[in-house]
Amino acid sequence: MSTPTAPVTMIPARHDTACPFAPPPAYTEAASTGPVSRAELPDGSPCWLVTGYQEVRTVLSDRRFSADARRPAFPFLTEGRRELVAANPSFLRLDDPEHARLRRMVTGDFLVKRVEEMRPGIQQIVDEALDRMIARGGPAGPADLVADFALPVPSLVICLLLGVPYEDREEFQANSRLLLTTEADDRDVARAQEELLDYLGRLAERKRTEPGEDILSRLATREDLTLREIASTGVLLLVAGHETTANMIGLSTALLLRHPEQVARLADPAAVPGAVEELLRLLTIVHTGVPRLAVEDVELGGTLIRAGDGVMAMLSTANRDDGLFGTEGHLGVDEVDLDREARRHVSFGFGVHQCLGQPLARAELQIALATLFRRLPGLRLAVPEEELEFRTEALIYGLGSLPVRW
Amino acid sequence: MSAMHVNVERDRCCSSGQCVMTVPEIFEQDDQDGLVRVLLSAVPAPRFADVRLAAELCPGGAITVTEDDGAGTAA
Ligand code: HEM
Ligand code: SF4
Repeated sequence: MSTPTAPVTMIPARHDTACPFAPPPAYTEAASTGPVSRAELPDGSPCWLVTGYQEVRTVLSDRRFSADARRPAFPFLTEGRRELVAANPSFLRLDDPEHARLRRMVTGDFLVKRVEEMRPGIQQIVDEALDRMIARGGPAGPADLVADFALPVPSLVICLLLGVPYEDREEFQANSRLLLTTEADDRDVARAQEELLDYLGRLAERKRTEPGEDILSRLATREDLTLREIASTGVLLLVAGHETTANMIGLSTALLLRHPEQVARLADPAAVPGAVEELLRLLTIVHTGVPRLAVEDVELGGTLIRAGDGVMAMLSTANRDDGLFGTEGHLGVDEVDLDREARRHVSFGFGVHQCLGQPLARAELQIALATLFRRLPGLRLAVPEEELEFRTEALIYGLGSLPVRW
Repeated sequence: MSAMHVNVERDRCCSSGQCVMTVPEIFEQDDQDGLVRVLLSAVPAPRFADVRLAAELCPGGAITVTEDDGAGTAA
């Protein structure tokens, strides 16, 4: 129950530098007062912070909460993004039936069996990235694991799938980061979005006449899509497809280097998928919450949410909900246990917008982490942990760089 | 003997693949439309727990599990 004395959480909240792997303490404190509490967005407008597991699942799967960011009161962490998203919504921020129409054009590419077929190719990309990192760093390092491994692996994979030349990465990696930071100037974000849309639009136009065996070519040769729809789907897949997995690889590596006793579990192929679920749960890289707008009055966790209220579904606290993951009485305690039954986590969201790329993200993480620790058993940090740069301002949490030796 | 049956509402499926990853013997994704298909609607006992979990994890609420404890209904 939310009472008048309950705290109002200012979002986005700051991380605790003492425990950089945990969500900001303000969110766990809010969670300890109840599953739904009050929060304030950067522009001063109120919004609900939904922190309980069941309540988060309800917000993300109940049609009374809309993901359509063109609705006037839709909650935004940076006001400058409102117009941008409204002008070019990808299906991430649309409701059904518009959302389903566009999502279904690409679901075939991310089916579990398609991703299973990609495993040998992903393994090769992982091995080659490691070969290059080892060649550059010498027999013992150092190297930046983010720039040399965590970022190239998912970038190469999504480029191949989409049909985007990897040589153009400087342009789209920098622009992707700008789209995902809360601290950039609104004009820079607008320019980054325009450049990405233009880039993918031009690429799609070329593929109309010279199609290849890739997603963009397939979308480009459909008659029921506008060039703008193709471009915004392309930007969504490109950005969501590399920044997320890259951040998970970097953060997981840094966390595992703190827990050498756990790393041994990755040597057992049967334990790897479960280990990745636990890392996804614990690190919940979508730290800032998933926004929705109530379109009808809803009673949620003992609180009445009115039509027109903004809501933030906090995946990180849901993933620590008391008792659900064998964590009774340990709300907010961040013990990593690679053998934990963690499959109920909501790190990929829930409802019709649940991550389309999840089979791919899982395969990439399983292959990248198992291969990294197998090939470099002596992997360790090259700087004291206090010096690691955590990207606390990013919408997707991660490390700016990760200096390592081996 | 207790029995378990599983049903899917295909129009609620959003192709997350969670069910296929959880119990590949029971669920698959159709090549043509990417939506769920049930391979085996009468679930064998060793898969009961996994199928319950798959229903719980389905983001679209597309999976229904019916269990009877075998107390009265004839199979
Ligand atoms: C570990 C990595 C990843 C995490 C934690 C993650 C997380 C998420 C979350 C939480 C959502 C739901 C957002 C919402 O409901 O508003 C989402 C949606 C999405 N993700 Fe991922 N993601 C990851 C990797 C990927 C990859 C590799 C792709 C590949 C293309 C991808 C593509 C998408 C797309 C297209 C959507 C929008 C789905 C829709 O709106 O229907 N993601 N992701
Ligand atoms: S878990 Fe549900 S939504 Fe996902 S593929 Fe299976 S039936 Fe479809």
